[in-house]
Amino acid sequence: MSVPAVVAQGLRKSFGPLVAVDGLDLEIPVGVCFGILGPNGAGKTTTIRMLQAQVAPTAGTLTVLGLDAVRDGRRLKARLGIVPQENNLDPDFSVRQNLLIYARYYHVPRAEAEARADRWLAFTQLTEKKDAAIQELSGGMKRRLILARALLNDPELLVLDEPTTGLDPQARHTVWNAIRQLRRDGKTILLTTHYMDEAEQLCDDLVIVDKGRILERGSPSALIAKHTGSTAVEAVLGWSEDGAKVTNASAALTAAGVPHEKLPDRVIAYGPQAESAVATLGASEVINRRSSLEDVFLRLTGRNLRD
Amino acid sequence: MADWPSVPAGNKGPVPRVDLRLGGVLAFVARNRDVYRKTWKTNFLPPLLEPFLYLLSVGYGVGALVGTLNGASYASFVAPGILAITVMQSAFFETTYGSFVRLVFQRTWDAITATPLSLDDVLVGEMVWGAVKSALNSTLMAVVIAGFGLLPWLAIPAVAVVGFVGGLVFAGLGLAVSARVKSIDGFSFAMYLFITPMMLFAGTFFPLSQLPVGARWAAQLLPLTHVVAILRPLAAGTPLAIPASSAAYLVVVALLAPALAVWMMKRKLQT
Ligand SMILES: Nc1ncnc2c1ncn2[C@@H]1O[C@H](COP(=O)(O)OP(=O)(O)O)[C@@H](O)[C@H]1O
Ligand SMILES: [Mg+2]
Repeated sequence: MSVPAVVAQGLRKSFGPLVAVDGLDLEIPVGVCFGILGPNGAGKTTTIRMLQAQVAPTAGTLTVLGLDAVRDGRRLKARLGIVPQENNLDPDFSVRQNLLIYARYYHVPRAEAEARADRWLAFTQLTEKKDAAIQELSGGMKRRLILARALLNDPELLVLDEPTTGLDPQARHTVWNAIRQLRRDGKTILLTTHYMDEAEQLCDDLVIVDKGRILERGSPSALIAKHTGSTAVEAVLGWSEDGAKVTNASAALTAAGVPHEKLPDRVIAYGPQAESAVATLGASEVINRRSSLEDVFLRLTGRNLRD
Repeated sequence: MADWPSVPAGNKGPVPRVDLRLGGVLAFVARNRDVYRKTWKTNFLPPLLEPFLYLLSVGYGVGALVGTLNGASYASFVAPGILAITVMQSAFFETTYGSFVRLVFQRTWDAITATPLSLDDVLVGEMVWGAVKSALNSTLMAVVIAGFGLLPWLAIPAVAVVGFVGGLVFAGLGLAVSARVKSIDGFSFAMYLFITPMMLFAGTFFPLSQLPVGARWAAQLLPLTHVVAILRPLAAGTPLAIPASSAAYLVVVALLAPALAVWMMKRKLQT
């Protein structure tokens, strides 16, 4: 039986009066790709920085790969690979030098470090760029180089904080493919994201967090089945100054007991009664579609703007 | 997947307050050394050129007006003063502007503390590197000064040692300042309030005996005064005349200032 990758009990972190992580209980098995989803400020980064022994918890216990994250930081960090949210490549060195110098922090001997650097540069498709300066790299290349850097110590657990935020679609797919391959090779992967399609594509299991608490946990398909059913029906009602059309439609759906969400010009209804209920709303257009994790996420965390 | 022994969380004693390993410090120092080596030509030039400029203008130019001091040339009086200033500036610059750029703009500390290195390793590594630069720059400068006949060649290794110990003092003070500034502009205050007065009033360009009594005592508090007090007998070829009190002062502050810097930085960064 293997030790879970992560066991958190009552994990809390406050910054002065602000509670960033508010009593997290979480167990993550090894060998899965696990997602932490949440809007900005939900506490994702704080959670994983505690997990990678870079931030000390205010309260609770946290065991990662069988090691206490507070007391055994050095031994734990030797077995983790980390892709931080903010790029922190070393601008004083070239692409390949970045890897060689980073390998030194893990006390990897020089010849071995060179072999590993070349292997992971090839894996992340950066071999042609090995002598380039960091400033010459595109956003996607920088993320891939950080991924290569995170693999130098052959980590058991790979922690990725928003690995694809700000990347164009091609660059995102390159990173996704790399993550899938690492998952197949048996690495445990923990990633945070606020892209629902990313979580649906990559994660076997996930939690949705908001305001430092876990709202839900499950596989993407289980969460969709539970919260929205497999289909969503969008009724386009058109814009009106006072929003009366949407308000009235929402009232009708509530009376019929149909779960739904309001948007400025439409309502989205979920569940088996959605289609028949929407038929009575006099919508100018009705769109039947598969419901997605995005629907679940917005139902759970609301539609208010965050930053 | 490998099985790892499960460690029950909690009740395993207090969290270590200091977590320092020599291997970690050296790995960090090696990183800064490698950056330095990439541009070694531009890094070597200033400590070799500066003594020429100083000795020609202040040493011989002003010296012609001053005549001799205690029977020796003014240039020979100023030479250990500019050596001491280099010890101060090299390390202080490294742990103020240098460290701040690595901490804030490049996120180098963040990248490195994600590896087995601890924050203590990084902080001590920054200060050790600052001290190494002081030793390196003052040694290069000492070679030029010895070429002018103002320092015995045999004293150069001793200059390197004083450069390192004195460098630790100023590296510690610099990193402590870095823990307090809100932006990189904050360092110019430290320069005006701390570095420039010390450069002028620590017995560098004129003997402390020229100062009024109160100021003379105040000057004894300045670390640079003691670096000068040690370097001057070394340059004069009379190492036995080095005041033991200055040596003791430097060694003690070379331990206290870095300890203070580590404490202040950890309080700031470990929220
Ligand atoms: N070092 C810090 N000091 C003060 N507040 C912080 C710090 N780090 C994060 N926070 C706050 O904690 C909350 C959670 O932040 P974060 O974990 O970065 O969220 P996420 O990664 O989900 O966007 C936010 O309100 C953020 O402003
Ligand atoms: Mg974040």
